[in-house]
Amino acid sequence: MTRPAAQVRRRRGVLVTAVTLTVALAAAVVGLTTGSFHTSLPEVVSALTGHADARTSVVVLGLRVPRVLAALLIGAALALAGAVFQTLARNPLASPDIVGFTAGSATGALIGLIVIAPTASPAAGAWTGGLLTVVVVMLIARSVGVSRERTILAGIALSMLLAAVNDYLLTRAPIDIARNADQWLHGSLAATSMDDVALLAGSIGILSLVLVLLHRDLRALELGDDTARALGVRTPRLRLALIVVAALLTGTATAVAGPIGFVALAAPQLARRMLGSAGIPLMGSALTGATVLVVADVIAQRALAPLQIPVGLLTGVVGGAYLFWVVARSRR
Amino acid sequence: MTVIVAALAVAGLAVGSRLLAPADVVAALFSDRRDAVGVIVHELRAPRTLTALLTGACLGIAGVLMRAVTRNPLADPGLLGVNAGAALGVVTAIAFFGVGTAGGYVWFAFAGAAGAAVLVNAAARSGRRADTVGLVLAGVALTACLSAVVRIVTLADDDTFESFRFWAVGSFERRDPDVALQLLPFALVGAVLAVVVSRGVDQLALGTDVARSLGVSPTIVIVGAGAAITLLCATATSAAGPLAFIGLLVAHLVRRLVGPDVRRSLPLAALVGAALTLASDILGRVIAAPGEIEAGIVAAFLGAPLLLWLVLRRTT
Repeated sequence: MTRPAAQVRRRRGVLVTAVTLTVALAAAVVGLTTGSFHTSLPEVVSALTGHADARTSVVVLGLRVPRVLAALLIGAALALAGAVFQTLARNPLASPDIVGFTAGSATGALIGLIVIAPTASPAAGAWTGGLLTVVVVMLIARSVGVSRERTILAGIALSMLLAAVNDYLLTRAPIDIARNADQWLHGSLAATSMDDVALLAGSIGILSLVLVLLHRDLRALELGDDTARALGVRTPRLRLALIVVAALLTGTATAVAGPIGFVALAAPQLARRMLGSAGIPLMGSALTGATVLVVADVIAQRALAPLQIPVGLLTGVVGGAYLFWVVARSRR
Repeated sequence: MTVIVAALAVAGLAVGSRLLAPADVVAALFSDRRDAVGVIVHELRAPRTLTALLTGACLGIAGVLMRAVTRNPLADPGLLGVNAGAALGVVTAIAFFGVGTAGGYVWFAFAGAAGAAVLVNAAARSGRRADTVGLVLAGVALTACLSAVVRIVTLADDDTFESFRFWAVGSFERRDPDVALQLLPFALVGAVLAVVVSRGVDQLALGTDVARSLGVSPTIVIVGAGAAITLLCATATSAAGPLAFIGLLVAHLVRRLVGPDVRRSLPLAALVGAALTLASDILGRVIAAPGEIEAGIVAAFLGAPLLLWLVLRRTT
């Protein structure tokens, strides 16, 4: 007896989701219980329910819970942004981190922090920077026309220019600000507070809602622009809306944690491979991204303890190696 | 070009947070005066200027050679990850082996650069040729990976963070007076090797088969060119940190001036590279006076738009 393909795929989906959730949960538990101040699992639970002593609840509720939640939310946001871009560009390399949006968001946030108002939230700067970069990349994409490869190269060049701007801003800052900004510039979750989590949850909630509304049209777009148009989708407007959503997702994530590379690139591809789907699954990408980042953050905290590595450096090492391998292999 | 380099060298000695008159500079340079001007020129500006000239010449030659060997107009020691490999070598030497002098850690830089060059070369040669995007992507990926490792090592080393902060963006500030002297032999060996292989590289540009029929072994040429590039990049990175874009800028300018012939381009590449790097260093001091912008950042501001332009202009 052969099972219908749809049923097989659904079973695979359930299995993959269950495994991914388990991994995420395990990483979250490790993240909540370990650290320079050791707490056992029962202590964490009592802190979460409000029955622990003051010290434990400060550490758990004030430091570790926001950090784990921020990792999950930022991972999901980056992966969603990556999934949208890769679907639109039909190219796995057209990710926000490769074509410069992440660097642009960081530039915006840094200008906000160093030049305009050191105390303000960097979110507004990051959004502005991200959106401006999007506009520039879109203008470039329009001028080179169909060549997606060259759009990507142009994005890389833009990213390097912005990285130079970021480095410049960093060396101009006084050493105490620079030290913090340097941590932030490599993507760190160490300083996240409950306010950041609220900002993340709010923005990502709204943006995901927009994506849910646009989801059907996005699937139509996967079939090609002509088919989508025949199905009644207004493609230019849809593209613009999706790109803005993805840029805002990247900007929100960058505002809180700094530029964390390669999650947006790798998570959608991982999700697609695990689920064996033809297109890039949005939900699956978000779940994979959340899991990847929460695991990465735990490793970054514990691997060389007591040295705390900014999680962006860890994703840089692993993601850079992964991309190198993908490029080398695809040329065979 | 030589005149431009000489003029820039005097400017490099004269310009800074304390502006000196060019005549004073020249006078101080050829005397043993121990007054303020003499100290500034001999102990601060001269080492810095020499290091910039040396680094630039190395990167210029490496850039031209790299462009010819990879047949890729976007080839650059910084973009393809060779400088990041050298940087990893330097940082490893300082953090784990306690090596403190440029003459000591250039060996580690050499190992790191060689590793990165072999990796990128393997990625580049594993398939169809002339795939510009693939090679650059492989290089960017390698650079991202290696520089993240460099950052992790520097974070572990709290005391040296402050100096790494500037070294990592390519700076000529606070150079030891004898850095340039220590590194000069390595640069010379690299340059000589580059000249020796340049003929072979030119013949290889005619195609592998033609080169073979001319009695050139493609393997020997590529290995020789790779060794020269590695040596030059390791020297440059030991001196100034991982500088990107100088090689790209030089290769592009020199090709405009003398055409694709590598053998004839090398002397000019060394001069243009030296001039460009020194100019970046001076420009950084002038723009941000009384502070300064590191040469690596200035070079990126010049080079990244060129890269963008090259990418957009090509109509292939």
